[in-house]
Amino acid sequence: MGDVAVIGTGQSVFSRKCGVSVRELCFEAFQEAMEGLDITKDNIDASIIGSAPEYDKQRTPSGLISEYLELTPKPTFYVESVCSSSSTGLRVAWSLIKAGLHKVVAVIGFQKMSELTSREAAERMGRGGDIIWDSPLGITMPAGYAMYARAHMAKYGTTEEQLAKVRVKSAHYGISNPKAYYRKELSVEDVLGSQVITSPLKLFDCCANADGSSCIIVASEDIATRVAKIPIWIAGVGAATDTMTMAGRKSLTNLSCAVEAAKQAYGMAGLGPEDIDVAEVHDCFTISEIMAYEDLGFAEFGEGARLIDEEQTYIGGKIPVNVDGGLLSKGHPIGATGGSQIRTIVRQLRGEASEAQVKDARIGLVHNIGGIGQYGNVTILRR
Amino acid sequence: MGLENFGRVSFTAEAKAADFVTYLEQGKVMATRCRKCGTKYFPPKVDCPKCLLSDVDWIEIKGSGRLNTYTVVNYGPSGFEDDTPYTLAIVDFRDIRTFGRLSKDIKENDIQIGMRLKVVPVKLPDDRISYEFQKAD
Ligand SMILES: CC(C)(COP(=O)(O)OP(=O)(O)OC[C@H]1O[C@@H](n2cnc3c(N)ncnc32)[C@H](O)[C@@H]1OP(=O)(O)O)[C@@H](O)C(=O)NCCC(=O)NCCS
Ligand SMILES: [Zn+2]
Repeated sequence: MGDVAVIGTGQSVFSRKCGVSVRELCFEAFQEAMEGLDITKDNIDASIIGSAPEYDKQRTPSGLISEYLELTPKPTFYVESVCSSSSTGLRVAWSLIKAGLHKVVAVIGFQKMSELTSREAAERMGRGGDIIWDSPLGITMPAGYAMYARAHMAKYGTTEEQLAKVRVKSAHYGISNPKAYYRKELSVEDVLGSQVITSPLKLFDCCANADGSSCIIVASEDIATRVAKIPIWIAGVGAATDTMTMAGRKSLTNLSCAVEAAKQAYGMAGLGPEDIDVAEVHDCFTISEIMAYEDLGFAEFGEGARLIDEEQTYIGGKIPVNVDGGLLSKGHPIGATGGSQIRTIVRQLRGEASEAQVKDARIGLVHNIGGIGQYGNVTILRR
Repeated sequence: MGLENFGRVSFTAEAKAADFVTYLEQGKVMATRCRKCGTKYFPPKVDCPKCLLSDVDWIEIKGSGRLNTYTVVNYGPSGFEDDTPYTLAIVDFRDIRTFGRLSKDIKENDIQIGMRLKVVPVKLPDDRISYEFQKAD
């Protein structure tokens, strides 16, 4: 059974208001992903489309996007695990190719959030919790993560200043990412002084809603070695879940679904945290990145904040994380985010990230979480 | 009575577990326990996938629990704008973990992780009903 590779990746610019239709937005990512490949759209055997429902009115978007990209009559279908939809898509693409059913699969993630106000989007996300028991009390994504933040602070002494430092790093790298929305330096004081959204999280501790798309072209070994200059191999895929209800959570200081997904991905790849040269983690909120350090084994439980204090997750540190600015600077167009993370790692492993290249990066990791820690996905890629 | 009046905004009405609301009306916040395996469920569910049975007892969450974590929500989603600030919290009773709102009677400065709280039904405006955590005496 051959290996499976990512042969192309693309994303649109992430923006607050893209001003184009969903299909046109997806074309932008598709265009970049196909660039330089020795295949055309006709070589794509199937497409997998991912997004979170109810941000725009189009139902069953897979058929529409497939038509617009002229992938018909090839099969297409929709996968959804909210913010990690494109990682779920990649997992399915991997297995379709492993099974020998298809040789080339396109995974396209998108979200156009600007058709709603931020409060309407927050209501949709609140209904990403349990609509009988949690949504009626006013749960939101930031509120769920804020409870993790408060618990982490109480148990380990993590401080708001340490959380702020995550955003400072994000802003630092966001500046040089032409696909990111927020591209200006922020200080710890800026973050601490921003308006409280849901204590202890402030405006700059939160990612912003955005419009965007991403595309990953996945291929079997025989095709990949033929049509891509530098195929990037999928070494490990891990996926797990945690409860939808907040009361069902066993841990409130780390994301169990991420710990489990990481264990699976490391196991499949035969690698450990010490082998990772560069990582993309799901920093929807600053606390999410601190927990990711721990859940992925870059730090012991409770020690995540030390990594950011010591600047170990900057380029030149022990393990550079989110050197594209992360969700905090790029913006977080739900369904597109996972594909954007994959794109960043692929560019790093190919040595193409001139704006912020980790030297000699050969092994990279993507950590992509859906909801308030409901869906955990970890993917390990190698050159 | 279904779930249509539960919480600040409800999104569905029907559930076998809607008896929870009837108990709230009677002044009790309840969990369920599978009669066969003894698993306790909160939020309550009336089906046990372990035993493949739908045979539960309703049990009252009594006494005091410990505040595990909380957040004061200043930014409310649509439908909740007029409700802010409200405080969401996780409170651990002896063997039942619960999620809910903290009473507005507790000042933000007085909130402390580990503080003892009880859970009680509350009437909300517009004939709605919910439960909240209050200081345990
Ligand atoms: C935090 C949040 C509530 C702010 O929403 P809001 O008050 O409507 O904010 P606005 O969109 O009006 O932005 C207010 C200002 O802050 C800026 N801003 C918003 N988010 C920002 C961010 N993450 N970083 C930097 N600036 C930001 C905006 O550009 C705007 O500035 P301007 O007035 O100069 O244009 C909203 O961004 C949010 O809900 N984020 C979380 C999204 C989420 O939960 N995603 C899923 C995670 S898993
Ligand atoms: Zn049982």
